[in-house]
Parts: sequence; structure tokens; C-alpha cells
Amino acid sequence: MNRRTMGKALLGLAGAAVALSASVYLGGAGAAVAQDKLKVGFVYVGPISDHGYSYQHDQGRLAVEKELGSKVTTTYVENVPEGADAERVIDQLAASGHKLIYTTSFGFMNPTLKVAQRYPDVKFEHATGYKRAANVATYSARFYEGRTVVGLIAGKMTKSNVIGYIASYPIPEVVSGINAFTLALREVNPKAEVRVVWVNSWYDPPKEAEAAKALADQGADVIVQHTDSPAPVQLAQERGLWAVGQSSDMTRFGPKAHLTAIVDDWSPYYLERTKEVLDGTWKSKDTWGGFKAGLLYLAPYNPAIPKDVVELAEKARTDIMAGTRHSFTGPIKDQSGKEVIAAGKTATDEQILKMDWFVEGVVGKLPK
Amino acid sequence: MNGEGLLILGPVLAAMITAATPLLYAALGELVVEKSGVLNLGVEGMMLAGAVIGFIVMVNTGSHTLGFAGAALAGAVMAALFGVLTLLLLANQVATGLALTLFGVGLASLVGQGYVGRPIPDVPELRVPGLSDLPIVGPALFGHDLPVYLALALVPAVSWFLYRTRAGLVLRAVGENHSAAHALGYKVLGIRFLAVLFGGAMSGMGGAYLSLAYTPMWAEGMTAGRGWIALALVVFATWKPERVLLGAWLFGGVTIMQLHAQGMGLAVSSQLLSMLPYLATVVVLVAISRDVTRIRLNAPACLGKVFHPEA
Amino acid sequence: MIRLEARGQASRVMVYATPVLAVALTLASGFLLFWALGFDPVKALHAFFIQPLTTARGLGELVVKATPLVLCAVGLAIGFRANVWNIGAEGQLTLGALAGGGLALAFYGEGGWWLLPLMVLGGIAGGMAWAAIPAFLKVRFNASEILTSLMLTYVALLLLTYMVNGPYRDPDGFAFPESRMFEPEAVLPVLVEGTRVHLGALFALLAVAGGWVLMSRTFIGFQIRVIGLTPAAAGYAGFNEKRIVWLTLLLSGGLAGLAGLGEVAGPIGQITPGISPGYGFTAIIVAFLGRLHPVGILLAGLLMALSFIGGEAAQIGLGLPKAITGVFQGMLLFFLLATDVLIRYRVRFGAKRVTA
Repeated sequence: MNRRTMGKALLGLAGAAVALSASVYLGGAGAAVAQDKLKVGFVYVGPISDHGYSYQHDQGRLAVEKELGSKVTTTYVENVPEGADAERVIDQLAASGHKLIYTTSFGFMNPTLKVAQRYPDVKFEHATGYKRAANVATYSARFYEGRTVVGLIAGKMTKSNVIGYIASYPIPEVVSGINAFTLALREVNPKAEVRVVWVNSWYDPPKEAEAAKALADQGADVIVQHTDSPAPVQLAQERGLWAVGQSSDMTRFGPKAHLTAIVDDWSPYYLERTKEVLDGTWKSKDTWGGFKAGLLYLAPYNPAIPKDVVELAEKARTDIMAGTRHSFTGPIKDQSGKEVIAAGKTATDEQILKMDWFVEGVVGKLPK
Repeated sequence: MNGEGLLILGPVLAAMITAATPLLYAALGELVVEKSGVLNLGVEGMMLAGAVIGFIVMVNTGSHTLGFAGAALAGAVMAALFGVLTLLLLANQVATGLALTLFGVGLASLVGQGYVGRPIPDVPELRVPGLSDLPIVGPALFGHDLPVYLALALVPAVSWFLYRTRAGLVLRAVGENHSAAHALGYKVLGIRFLAVLFGGAMSGMGGAYLSLAYTPMWAEGMTAGRGWIALALVVFATWKPERVLLGAWLFGGVTIMQLHAQGMGLAVSSQLLSMLPYLATVVVLVAISRDVTRIRLNAPACLGKVFHPEA
Repeated sequence: MIRLEARGQASRVMVYATPVLAVALTLASGFLLFWALGFDPVKALHAFFIQPLTTARGLGELVVKATPLVLCAVGLAIGFRANVWNIGAEGQLTLGALAGGGLALAFYGEGGWWLLPLMVLGGIAGGMAWAAIPAFLKVRFNASEILTSLMLTYVALLLLTYMVNGPYRDPDGFAFPESRMFEPEAVLPVLVEGTRVHLGALFALLAVAGGWVLMSRTFIGFQIRVIGLTPAAAGYAGFNEKRIVWLTLLLSGGLAGLAGLGEVAGPIGQITPGISPGYGFTAIIVAFLGRLHPVGILLAGLLMALSFIGGEAAQIGLGLPKAITGVFQGMLLFFLLATDVLIRYRVRFGAKRVTA
């Protein structure tokens, strides 16, 4: 309970029916004022307090409120399961006058499309999916670009040449992240290898800690994660290892260990698209942005990283932004040694979006 | 197994013992509750209450000890709610326990809203000079934090209480035949209420072990189903404290081992590997359940049954 | 002093009065809760209990949400009556979805009128098969079904993740862990135009009716009740306890499997990693709230569904955090469970009368 609600609770115990009737009255009046504003809805798969994926989306919502607060009101629904409930929640948002609705998880794809058919005048934005309609746009971040940069740093920082990688689910976003990381890692340190542990969850602190322990015990001295809790960073701090955070800046959970983190930032996109709806210029399209679009950035580098390594990382980042470096530049071989991307070529977006194979340097097979 | 494999045994055992600790607290508490004839399925909710209150107390006082104490108290308060409903108002225990979990999950996330994403210092490990540096045994046994040893000490303590003290005898009698115990003049409801409070306090401690020591942070729903595993372990243990330890180690050990197998690149799908702790528990249960009469003797005969003094 | 005195006979009035009393108590304490947390209590309660019922679509959603709860709970309740503690309905539901939904994928592009009936049977069979494991282990090895059915739930959920990442994965789905959308031949028909109420709701009603007939009109139902109340007497009467274990587990597993099929072939329309938000567990509460009686379960399922949907409405309309919904639901359940005491006991004030 925070201070505001605590105060309310005490007030509640003291002051009786007068306050009650007043609040009912005020509530009624408040609703009438808000009518002209654009109502924007956000649907989250997790709790907004997770300090991970849903939290970062909610930061984007707050940015919209802050900047466009005079023209829009926002609503969010958290912890929405990706089953039959999603369609109802999205429908309720549309039915209650929300004209722009962001559905922020892959599992909301088909429910979003179903609802969109029923509400042609409502704009929908679905994160990380691939199905669009006249009133359904899609957006995602090129998370793998961040993984290239941290791969370079990890390759320079490791002494044991074993990198522990905690992964959530074997979806292309995660697999392409592992591959981009491994390619960069071995570019600066060909002897290094990546050991992957799947925890089959996006957010399970104890499980992630157990995975980090297992990897550390196998000799990993850099722990990278594609899960959202800070538990692996804490473990790295405790064991005196390095760690790379995910989703949000996790420095405070392991100031010594935290090399950097790949942070999602949805605010530029949410601001841009919400403004377009206000201006009447919104069109359905697919947005897949990386560093350049500002959809992700790296948390401040650990001061312990040597200057030349920071320079290497920064050069890679700026090259990616300038388009002179691509995370998947051939020759790239898969684990069997077969060349998948020829020398001089770069992977197409479709190849990245469908990635379901590991590059050389990853220990273990990707289950098919 | 090669040399590397053998040396890794120490850390694996160490990880197994810590992974088992929250389960051990909660399961030992629930075992005492069930021995008194009450089935409280609200372990998950009580663990979460303990995890969040323990964390809040720690943040505000800076003391791990007070954090654990606060967690025990929070678990006990939740359990008291359960006790009032089931023992005084004779509500159905299974449903009330499940409702307690629903309530606890919501309450914990409500209370903990301002505490997500705040780091706190870890519970320090106790290192025994010399012993902690031994190969295999050193990391496995000497180098844990105090709550780990406390949980281990509670196994013989609970066993001693149940089978070697008069109070334990009375508690078991109440769980075995509440009408007879009542006729002999024992306060069935009072004894059960105390057992329920103890179970709540232990669940709270188990939750606090997660939020204060295992992963020092608070996150909504961070127990992630461990309360249910603890409940299953009581059944697994056929209501014997030493077997709770065995079950918790088995479950924790297989969990850690499947993660190691993944890291070493075993070419089996991670989902299938993740099934192993659950399957192992079932298989071992089947193996030890075949002696029908012994289990019948251990299971409290009045488990889950309503008792009203006048009835 | 306040104390409880046993009634000679269960009160007929209280059977119907206690739920009303519980709802009144919930409203009163909910009022205080929302007010104390700084929300408009009238609006919050309106959002929870009234708003979802004001539109046809809302009413439809209530039915959609209650359908799997009722299907699972009817089966579980029959088992609970016989002291068979199947708490793994969630896993059986998942297997029903995997088996029945798997048929939709296996016959993708070749479906006909026969596909849906086959899927329904497949769903039931899948749930039964998963429940048969605890039944077998219980009858043959004396292993507690509480543990085995719970552990198998986790196994089932991992199996689901495995299947949608592997064999069931949509070949054109960019390697995302989801199956294809089912073809129209493989989707349960919608019963009421403009809603999502599907054939599964009819199955749920049939299950309620069937459950009632089984428990109160058949010899098997009689055996189940006797075994549950006095196992010793059942032994003397020569009732086959093992057969009842098999029967109740297969029945509850089959109904849970049907519920799972109803989700994937109904409102979801494909197999995804998140078929059920814990219906199998919530159904245990529903079974007891309904006092293990099929009609009671129907009402309890609807009330439970309303509290979930109301929680969403309160989030959307008032920004009420989800956490408060959980607390409020817990309170509602506590009151419902606690007031049941008045059916069999009356509250007396003052010292005990000397009667003997």
C-alpha cells in the first residue's frame, strides 16, 4: 500500500457518509468532462509492476499521457491471459469508446484481428505479430541489434570463454537474439562458446536464478538473459561474474556485475502513432525498428569495461544505426557447418523473422 | 562421468539444497497442519504473503531477521483467517484454502506495489574456514546462509515434536480421531488452530526465503507454484518429516540437474527435460506407496473433516 | 457469548438465504474496500456485478467464461463426493485440447461434417486418458491421486508448450508457438448470433443434467455417495471401490477434456500455449461453492465467471488494478463459504442451555 492509498484508508475510517456521497457525485461529473478526448487502450500480458516487458510498455503509455495528456486519456488492462479472455478484453475496450488500442503481446494477434473486424473505425496496433488489416498495424523492435553489441562486449570480457545464456521460449525473437549474440561474440573471440538454458517462462525469478547458477557452475563467467527478471544479474553479482540485463536497466540489482542491458523503449512509437490518429494520418503498416528508431537502447556501460571495448561496442552500435553493419552478415554457418548466408550477403528480414536454427558456437541443439 | 563432472557435483548439491529450502519450510508446516487433521490448500497464498511482508519489513528495517519474523507473522495471520473460517465457521477446508490462495495472490501484489524493482542485500552466507573449501562437500554443505540450516534443523525438530513429545501425541490424536480426543478433554479446535498458525508461519518463512535470500527481490506471484509443490510433498512424504526432506531434495535436485543437462547441450527438448522433476516425484511416490497399510497408518484419519464440539 | 448450535435438520430456508446473505456481506465489505483504496465504490460494484449483464454480448461472455468452469466442476464434484481428489483437471483439460484440437490439425483441409464430432470425442478421450494415469496408479499402486494428478498437470502444460513449439506449430506462422487457425468445419457453432456462446455451453448444461441424474437417480450415484460418506459401510455392502475410483476419474477427466476442446474449438479457434487461465483449479472452488450439486455448480460457475469479467470491466472503466480483483474475489468466496454454516447450525447468544 503506498502513501496515497494508506491516507485514503485512514480517511475512510474517520470520515463517514459525507465523503462517500461527494465522491460519487464527483465521479459522475468527471466522466462528462473526459468525453472529447481520444481514448487509447493498452492490453498487457503481465503485471505493469514486473519491471520487465509489460512495465516497459506501460512506460510508453505514461509517455503518451505526459505529452498528449490534454488530448488523450489512456486505459490499461494488465495480466490479460493469452487465451479466450483476450478477445473479450479487447472487445470491451473497443466497445467502451477507445479508438486506438495497443495489444502488446504476440498471443493477442488473432483476438486483435477478430475484434478489429467488428470495429472498422477503431485503430489497432499489435506488437510482434505478422498479421495486418486495414485497421490493424503491427510493430516490433529489432532486439537482435542490441544482442550484437553485447556479444562484442561479452567476447572481450570473458576469461573462461564460456557464456551462459538464459532463454525463455524458442521463438524466432529469442533464437535470432542468441545467434546475433554468438556471431558477434566469436567475431572478437573465436574460442568462446554459448551455453543455452531454456526456463520456459518469461518471468520466474527463482527459476532464472537456478539456471544462472547451473551455467555459472559450468564455468560461464558472463550471464546473458532473454528473460525479464533481475535474478540472473543478482546471481552474477553474488558470484563475481558479468551479466547483461534485459528489458529494463538492471544496474541496481548488481552494480558490479551489470555490463549493460538491452532496454526496450516503446515511447517514441506510441507517441508517433497516437499523434497520427489525432491528426487523422494513421495508416496500417508494419514497423520493425531497432536502435535507429529508438525502440531499444543500451543501459549505461559498466565503468569496469575497458575503454577500447566501449569504443568497439559504440562503433558497432553507430554502424548499425548508419546501416553499415548488419547483425547477420555472411558467411554464416549453422551448427552442422552448412552455409546458410553466403559471404557478403545479409540475412533478409524474413530469414530473421523465421529463424529456427542455431549458428556455430552455440552448444546444444535447438529442439524442432 | 569425467573429472569436470565430478567436481561439479559440489555446486549441484549446493544448488539442490537451496532450491529445496522454501519447499521444506512450507511442506513441514503443512505436514503439522495435516497431522492435526486440517487440510489447508492455501500454502501458495500464505507463501506470497510471507514473501511480500518479509521483503517490506526488510526494506524498512534493514534486518533480515525481522524480515523473516514479519513473514512468519504474515503467514500466520493469513492462516488465522483460514482457521476462523474452517474451524469456527466450519467452512469447507478445500475450498477455503483455494480461496485463501486467490486472496493471498491479490493481497500480496496490492501490498507490494511500491516495492517491486527494489534491490536489497542478500542474506550473508556462513563460511566455515577450512571446511567450506573442501572439494564437493565444501560447497555442498558448508557455505549456505542461516535459513538453509534452520530449515534442515526443523526436520528432526518437527519429527521429535510429533513423535517424542506429549503435545505432539495430542496433536496426532486430534488428527486421528477428533471425537475421541474431544471426549478425553482435549480442546480439538484450539490445538488445530495452533497447528494452522504454525503452518502459516512456516509457509511465510518459505516465501520469505525466496524474497530475501534466494532471489532478494519482490515480484508479483514470485512463488510461481512452489506452494503447490510443497502440498504435494506432504502427500509424497506420507506425512513423515524425514521424507519431506527427501522429496524436497529429489524435486530440487532433478530441477537443477535438468538445467545442467541443458547447459551441457543435451539434445532433448527443454520442455521434456523440464517435466522430469514432476515425473520423478510421481515415480518415486508409486515406488514407496505400494505398502498400503503403512500409508494408511500415517495418513491422519480425520484429514479435512469438519469438527464441531456439539456434534 | 456467541456459539453455534447444531440444527436437528438442515434448514431449507438457509440453503437459499445464505448465498444472498453472503452477497450482501460482499457488497458491504467491497464498498468499504474500494472506498478505502480511493475508488468510487458504487461505480466499482456496478462494474463488477451489473455492467457485464447489461448487454447481450456481456451476457454471452458470462456464458463463455462459465462453460469450462461448469464442465470441469460437475465432473470433479462427483469425484469429491466419493473422496476421489482429482485436482488435476487443468492437465486433463489441456490434454483434451491437445487431442481434440490435434484432430483439427491432422485433418486440416480434408474436414467434413464428421470432423467436429470426432474432435469432441477426441477431447473427451484425451482428458480421460490423462485422468486414467492417476486412476491406474491409485488402484494398482495405491499412489495418492492428489499428488499424481497435480504433478501430471505440470507435465501436461509442458507438453502443450512442446507441441505448439514442435509438431503443432503453424507452418506459415513465422515459427511462433501457435497452431494454425482451425478451419470453419473444426470450430464449434455459435449458438447465439452476436455473441461467442458456442456449442460447449450446451454440453455444460447436458453435463449438469447428466450429473444430477447420475448422482440422485442411479445406483452408481448411490454407491458414490455411500463410499464418500462411510467407506466402511460401502465395504460391507460389497461396493467395488476401485471401480468407483476409475469411474469418477474417467468421468471428471473426460468432462475436463471436453472443456479444453471447447476452448480451442470455440472462442480461441487454434491451439496456443495459453489455453486456460487456470480453469481446472478454479473449478475446484466452483464445485464446493455449488455444494457439490450440479445445479449449485451451474450457479456458482456463473457467479465466478461474473467476478472475473466484472474485474476486467472495473479495470477498464475505473482503472481498478487486477490485484484488487483478486482480493475482492477472495472476500466473496470467504463469505459464501462461511455463511454456509447457517444451514446446519444456528447462532445462539448467551450461555449454553442445560438440556440434559
